[in-house]
Amino acid sequence: MAVMKKKGGKDAGAISTASLPDVIFMILFFFMVSTTMREQDLLVRFTLPEATEVQKLEKKQLVSYIQIGEPSTPALRAQFGTAARIQLNDSYKTPQDILEFIASERDKLSEADRAAMTVAIKADQNTLMGVITDVKQELRKANALKISYAANRGM
Amino acid sequence: MANKRKVQEVNAGSMADIAFLLLIFFLVATTMNVDTGIQRVLPPWIDEDKKDEVDIKERNVLLVFVNRFNQISVQRIGESGEVIDISQLKDRAKFFIQNPANDETLPEKEIEAIPGLGEFAVSKGVISLQNDRGTSYETYIQVQNELTRAVNEIRDEVANSRFGKNFSELSEEQRKAVQTAVPSKISEAEPRNVEGGR
Repeated sequence: MAVMKKKGGKDAGAISTASLPDVIFMILFFFMVSTTMREQDLLVRFTLPEATEVQKLEKKQLVSYIQIGEPSTPALRAQFGTAARIQLNDSYKTPQDILEFIASERDKLSEADRAAMTVAIKADQNTLMGVITDVKQELRKANALKISYAANRGM
Repeated sequence: MANKRKVQEVNAGSMADIAFLLLIFFLVATTMNVDTGIQRVLPPWIDEDKKDEVDIKERNVLLVFVNRFNQISVQRIGESGEVIDISQLKDRAKFFIQNPANDETLPEKEIEAIPGLGEFAVSKGVISLQNDRGTSYETYIQVQNELTRAVNEIRDEVANSRFGKNFSELSEEQRKAVQTAVPSKISEAEPRNVEGGR
């Protein structure tokens, strides 16, 4: 006598969630590795210009940033005015400070990496070139010749 | 007796919750922005007293000047400038660098043997970009962008004719060869003192 097995008769049982922590940990590690903590507060605000021929900045540890734009908060604007300011690390600086800034950034890199150091200029699109020219001249004096004009891909 | 009891296992059920908590923290703290930009190499600093006239033949230079009203003019040395629209700039730059008719007044070409590419007539044209202190950064970047586009298009053309591929699809060596064949010679000269005060 053929006994037909009743379909669905057996309980499928709950899916084991024992490996759930492992999965979550895997995602966690991915985010931990890919996270770069914002290491400085922005004291200036800028809207980057748009360009089509932009290239990705490789190797972030070799990149130093110079931000240029008007002070970011109303309180700062009341204190410093709305003229474009240069931010290096955590404070407003003048173009004359760039020499020292580049020297200290260069010291952080290993001997081999120094030649590949890149300075990214993040400037607001409405900045006048006078400020940027001053910065460029100082960079030339500091012998930091590889630069990148930060721009968003667009247009 | 106490030691006869089985050691109780730690309940791992809340492990997932802890992991979730950490996960959410890192999700929030992550910024995955990619920095992009137009890359350039500045000319090295030359002291005022040591400044020599750099010997570049007049036919090899195209001056691009952006004034404080964000107007773009192109100029050959010894000629008067011509105000052009940004949309014309790329083609002007391309025409200048390539010198397709081997014009006497446009840049010279030098036949060089490039490994992986053979002999190639390398243009000696230099585009000298000048700006006023009152030029807006946005316009300046657009001009830089157009000039870069001109060079990139020429590279694409060379890559297509020699290798049948776009420049970006080439192998490392081929890319180097094309880069040598079509160098990006955009010089960012000192600003003009049109406004004065510097």
